Amino acid sequence: MAQIRVEQLCKRYAVAERQPGAWGAVKGLFHRRQRVVEALKDVSFSLQAGELLGFIGPNGAGKSTTVKILSGILRPTSGLCEIDGLTPWLHRIRHVARIGVVFGQRTQLWWDLPVIESFELLRDIYRVDEAAFRRTKAEMVERLRIERLLDTPLRQLSLGQRMRCEIAAAMLHRPSILFLDEPTIGLDATSKLAVREVVRTLNREEGVTVILTTHDMHDIEALAERVIVIGNGVVLRDSSFEALRAEALGETRLVVEFAGAPSAIDIPGVSTRTREDGAVELAFDARRMPAHALISRIAAEHDVADIHVEEPQIEAVIARFYALHGAAEG
Amino acid sequence: MNALRLYGRYAAASIAGQMQYPGAFALTAVAQFANTFVGFAGVWALFARFGHIGGWSLGEIALFYGAISMAFAIADALSRGFDVFGQEFVKTGNFDRLLLRPRATSLQLAGYEVRLASLGRLSQGAVVLAVGIWLAPIRWSLGDATLLAWAVAGGVAMFYGLLILQATLSFWTVESLEVVNIVTYGGVEAGQYPLDIYARWFRDLMMFVVPIGCVGYLPLTAILGRPNVFGAPAWAAAASPLVGWAFLGAALVIWGAGVRRYTSTGS
Repeated sequence: MAQIRVEQLCKRYAVAERQPGAWGAVKGLFHRRQRVVEALKDVSFSLQAGELLGFIGPNGAGKSTTVKILSGILRPTSGLCEIDGLTPWLHRIRHVARIGVVFGQRTQLWWDLPVIESFELLRDIYRVDEAAFRRTKAEMVERLRIERLLDTPLRQLSLGQRMRCEIAAAMLHRPSILFLDEPTIGLDATSKLAVREVVRTLNREEGVTVILTTHDMHDIEALAERVIVIGNGVVLRDSSFEALRAEALGETRLVVEFAGAPSAIDIPGVSTRTREDGAVELAFDARRMPAHALISRIAAEHDVADIHVEEPQIEAVIARFYALHGAAEG
Repeated sequence: MNALRLYGRYAAASIAGQMQYPGAFALTAVAQFANTFVGFAGVWALFARFGHIGGWSLGEIALFYGAISMAFAIADALSRGFDVFGQEFVKTGNFDRLLLRPRATSLQLAGYEVRLASLGRLSQGAVVLAVGIWLAPIRWSLGDATLLAWAVAGGVAMFYGLLILQATLSFWTVESLEVVNIVTYGGVEAGQYPLDIYARWFRDLMMFVVPIGCVGYLPLTAILGRPNVFGAPAWAAAASPLVGWAFLGAALVIWGAGVRRYTSTGS
């Protein structure tokens, strides 16, 4: 049975429109014009325990609205959501005791307190018994390599150090589901890799279900087996990451530099464009025409100095996907 | 861990956090002490000139003044989270963080910060109250002392409720709500004197709308053995601080409605 079941979630907000100027502000006190914003139109999906789901979409697509509903801090206008048998917004306290949430841009630790004291407060807030707390803490401290940070006040830590502590904090009550909202934002390369490594381990070794929202496609590439793309309040795509990548590979680029004068390349199914530096860029569908076949054919027919394949950037792919579905932020 | 013990843990953490900045704590505490002390010095000056105010002696006024001042200082020290709620939690979206924890939001906000700087106001209130106890023209019995403590406790509850109501408004608007301070700070100022010195409409306001009279005027007149202007019998005057707790209860119910509104509209 699915651990998370979401059916036809819909969320509409009434947003007060502000009128410009001081007089507008005064009028706004008495009469507000309201505009209805449809943040979610129809979102449905289900998730098995132990899955790692990447949740992506442009800004304003409805990602955070969905995550807020799933984590119990927002109630939808209509629709159904059941997580481990609970409806998040109806059973908030029981539900949030079972989930862990990490915001990349917001801390759940106490700014002026040493990290260990924040952990102990969270232990009491979540009613974790002492033995279990000590076990989990020891494990997380080791996995995230934060032993040396525990006695330092949070405000003195770097962002990367802080994020490692945040993830440990979110796991102290052994949640079965972990929500990660932009966990790598602003991190340096080493910290990003460390965060991804830990998330992968928690998911694979401990069976924690992970829902990851991010704009960093490398996070998705490194972690998510399954990806949901959301745009304009609906699910645009729900597929394996491999399927999304295969779709992206619909257009692969080959860059050909000629030894002598460039000659025209005319192969059906391949479009060409001459770059400013004189190299010729070929776009083709790698699923229909394998790159190696194309390379040997061109090498045989032309006087070539160098050929290399340019894999499409996952970011470019996603951007094109958003544009295609009219989901890019207006 | 039950709510009360958790609250203690929160308080300890908050104090540890503030002790990171001992200079700031000391300065604010001293300033608060001086500020409220000057206020009472003004009252003393009036007595030095006129001897009585509306038939009340300095000792009696000090009793009213000290009890309300202390009640407010305690409520104020423990309600910092509600005080900064609109700015620090609603505007920034940090309220989400509280909703993500398996505890009542009101408990988490109460534990957000125990404001050590309020010790200034508190100690000043205690000094004035001590003056009142000493100068008041009665012989103190155990019953009187209990009733005094009961009145102060009711006052803490009432002011806490008022501060929660003020914070609840932030769910509807995050505009500056300084205007509501008229009720809280104004209420404290006015409640520090026996209500019969005021005009009837204002007296009724302080009794039946914002029931400061129930936690100050009524029980204290009962202690002093003087009739009250509302004609309440002595037993009712003694029981009236209960209204402070009822007021706090009502404030928490309204707070719950605010939270439900927040979760329906988001930030």
